[in-house]
Amino acid sequence: MMIFALILLLSLIFPGIIARTKSITSGRKGPSVWQPVYDLIKLFKKDAVYSKTTSWIFAWAPVFYFSAVIMAALMLPFGNHCAIISFKGDFIFFIYLLGLGKFFMIVAALDTGSAFEGMGASREALYSMLVEPAFFILLASLAMLSGTTSFETFFYSLTFNSSLAIFIGVLATYLIFHIALLENSRMPYDDPKTHLELTMIHEVMVLDYCGFDLALIQWAGHLKFIIYSLLVSNLFIASSFPEWLQWLIFVLTTLLFAIAVGFVESFRARHKLRSNNKAIVILIPISILIFFGSMLIMNKLF
Amino acid sequence: MLIICLSALFVVMPRKILPYFNLLLTFLFLFVSSYYSVKTLFLSNPFQYSLPFHFWGNELMLSMDRLSAFFVLIINITTLVSSIYSLQYLKMYVQKSRHEMALHYFSFFTLYWSMVVLTMLQNTIAFLVVWEIMSLSSFFLVMFEAEKSATQKAGINYFIQMHFAALFLLIGIIVLHYFTDSWSWSALSIYFANYSNIALFLVFFAGFGFKAGFVPFHTWLPHAHPAAPSHVSALMSGVMIKLGIYGILRVVFALQNDLMLIGLLVLAISLISGISGVGVAIVQHNLKRLLAYHSIENIGIIGIGIGVGIIGMAIQNQALAILGFAGGLLHVLNHSLFKSLLFFSAGSVYYQTHTMNIDDMGGLIKRMPITAFIFLIASLSICGLPPFNGFISEFFIYNGFIQGIIEAEVPIKLVMLFALIGLAAIGGLAIFCFTKAFGIVFLGNERSVHMHHASEVSWLTLIPQFFSLGLILFIGFAPSFIVKPILDVIHQNIPILSSILLPNMDALQNISLAAGVFVLIVLSVWLIKKWAFKTKKVEQMATWGCAYHGDAPRTQYTASSYAENYIHGMEHTLNISTHFKPIETREYFPLHRHYKSHQESTYEKRFFKPLSKMFNRLFERFAIIQTGQTQHYILYPFILLIVLILLTLTNVI
Repeated sequence: MMIFALILLLSLIFPGIIARTKSITSGRKGPSVWQPVYDLIKLFKKDAVYSKTTSWIFAWAPVFYFSAVIMAALMLPFGNHCAIISFKGDFIFFIYLLGLGKFFMIVAALDTGSAFEGMGASREALYSMLVEPAFFILLASLAMLSGTTSFETFFYSLTFNSSLAIFIGVLATYLIFHIALLENSRMPYDDPKTHLELTMIHEVMVLDYCGFDLALIQWAGHLKFIIYSLLVSNLFIASSFPEWLQWLIFVLTTLLFAIAVGFVESFRARHKLRSNNKAIVILIPISILIFFGSMLIMNKLF
Repeated sequence: MLIICLSALFVVMPRKILPYFNLLLTFLFLFVSSYYSVKTLFLSNPFQYSLPFHFWGNELMLSMDRLSAFFVLIINITTLVSSIYSLQYLKMYVQKSRHEMALHYFSFFTLYWSMVVLTMLQNTIAFLVVWEIMSLSSFFLVMFEAEKSATQKAGINYFIQMHFAALFLLIGIIVLHYFTDSWSWSALSIYFANYSNIALFLVFFAGFGFKAGFVPFHTWLPHAHPAAPSHVSALMSGVMIKLGIYGILRVVFALQNDLMLIGLLVLAISLISGISGVGVAIVQHNLKRLLAYHSIENIGIIGIGIGVGIIGMAIQNQALAILGFAGGLLHVLNHSLFKSLLFFSAGSVYYQTHTMNIDDMGGLIKRMPITAFIFLIASLSICGLPPFNGFISEFFIYNGFIQGIIEAEVPIKLVMLFALIGLAAIGGLAIFCFTKAFGIVFLGNERSVHMHHASEVSWLTLIPQFFSLGLILFIGFAPSFIVKPILDVIHQNIPILSSILLPNMDALQNISLAAGVFVLIVLSVWLIKKWAFKTKKVEQMATWGCAYHGDAPRTQYTASSYAENYIHGMEHTLNISTHFKPIETREYFPLHRHYKSHQESTYEKRFFKPLSKMFNRLFERFAIIQTGQTQHYILYPFILLIVLILLTLTNVI
């Protein structure tokens, strides 16, 4: 339960750290780290405007999306604390649950009957479809390494005692980092700050949302970042570490993760929309590399 | 038996009574067959009945084991819903004469009983006869609107392909008889124990694969389903194609060796079916054709399960085998539930709007809220999303892959990884396709005048659909109840697995728990939102259009534009041709233009058309003897007689 509280807390300052990193690298004074929290509070307080075209789907979709992300957070273990909900094969449930949330966001975008939002919906659907195999292969390699099928035990067997294991750790981190960037529509796949609807992906999909609903969507996005950084930190936490070190690693990874996102956003241009497909498909060979690396480790062990 | 004879009475029934008479017969048959199948499946009390007449000099037995009982129950559920649904749906066809309606109902009932009887026949020749009755009756059902040329084409296409299938089955059955001197399916295991397995398996796989719709035998599906009335499409897609799976399973359960090769083959064909089915479905404009392509995809998923099961048997990894078979069998049930629902709601849309073109639709959720809700739930479960039933069967299959990746040797690990990528891609594509189907058909603004008169269909049509919906939710939320009968089916048919349970039985209860927790979270977030909105002012405005207030319905995304970025770069794989005159640089005042895109099946173009051309050319050679002159035709028997006399004289015959 502690970890869940920490996830909620970190999710609130995560975008603030990204913004702060960006402001420092570009030499601006920049907003406070707590600014996204103020934004969320402001949004939660606002009144709402709904389009006349929309139906109940539009009003329910953010609820489903947010709940799916919360539920996914409940299913993640941390160090040797087991997850609140955990069973054999839970990672399949985890991936499909996030898919459920996304399904609702996509149809909600189509619910507004706006060309912009249809465009965003189509892109979001395509990219999440392309990235799904990579994530599956990554988790399958972890399953193979640990010999089990549940998140809880996935991370126990990856010990960094050989150069190969370090190689796998680095690749997996890179992969999760990119999946997180894509799922949260950050650079280089999408630019959350652009104001040209024709080139946006996620932001244009939620164009008609405001107030409470928009706050839910944004918070769910921040939470997703923390979920991925928790996955990364689990890679590096061995169960033999003392309690305080595990917490420290998690918090540090999250901070580093945010700073890395900020750096990428400061120094990289975004992909052309057409080349996004290729950039995403490249993640699949990387995940296959991880798979083969894990197989090599296994052969070494036996 | 008596009930089947009663169906002859359709001919003399007055038009008004016809539907109710059909319902009566169906219910009677349904009651009897369900009674015995429940007894067989749950009380392990197998049903045997010797028919009161002789067939080819042998006694004809109807015998039901657990596999038959499982399929009979699936057939019964969909038929029950379909027959009630048809009451309202067929009222649309007022111009049809009494005889046409009588033929339709007669074929409907014949299709139903032939499917049920088929699962209980041990005699191969009788099986083939009933198989033909099933194909013929479904052919008449497809041809219901025979005045349309598209329907005629689709029907004849179906008819011919089904006879190719029957040809393969006939070859298989004759080979079986030749080597084992038996007209019974139980001879399969004797044959497989003594001779090479792969050849005969391939023959049967081709025969049953035509019915099931595996690629490349799938080309009849996307034509026949849009042509048939919706309750028929639901019945055909929901259960009739599953009888192909039933046949394949019967053969698979008898296999003795060559398992590895067969397993890999089934897995490869299924992966191709799955990916190409859903990949082509995305670009369809006709709602029912889109659903037909999804049937191919789902048959692929079922086949993946079966393939994984066979590989599991080949490497003697019992956990892998049972996960694969259980996933495949459960998906048979799941697919019959959600696919028939999708066809029913597509039919309701057609009933109200008289169009199937997705690009003409939109905004139907306001006019038909309950149909939209049913379509949404069915879409979510066909995408395999939790907490609905499609997830449970895909969960088994994924677990099978992981099991293989963890425990098997390196080559099998790679096969499983490849299949995992395939299934993940199928899942992603399905989400892409059904967000499009649901979003464009039911959401947004109305794209054409067809939508203006639509209203919700009657409760008579909706209530049976809620029955299927309830089952979908039941399997999704409480999967542990459904697993036991499925395991029983596998245990009875594969002796070496008879004591193996699913390796992750306890996970199923946890899935129920997780689904429950998820629903609780959703409800509590919704309540918080409700509570927060008490003090808020909620306004209704037009959708934000970047300050453009023009023709909102026409500026929306359509099905074609939604799929555009997927199609980009794949025009040739998908075989899409577009008809559009591009605007030239000097054309300052562009004239009125039309854009039309059309997708033709690659298999049909590259594979079936050349094949049928080849056959045509071959038969043209024979046509030399067809001169059209009576004298020649009298000559032919004369020549035959002389040849016969010569042959007799030389003691050849």
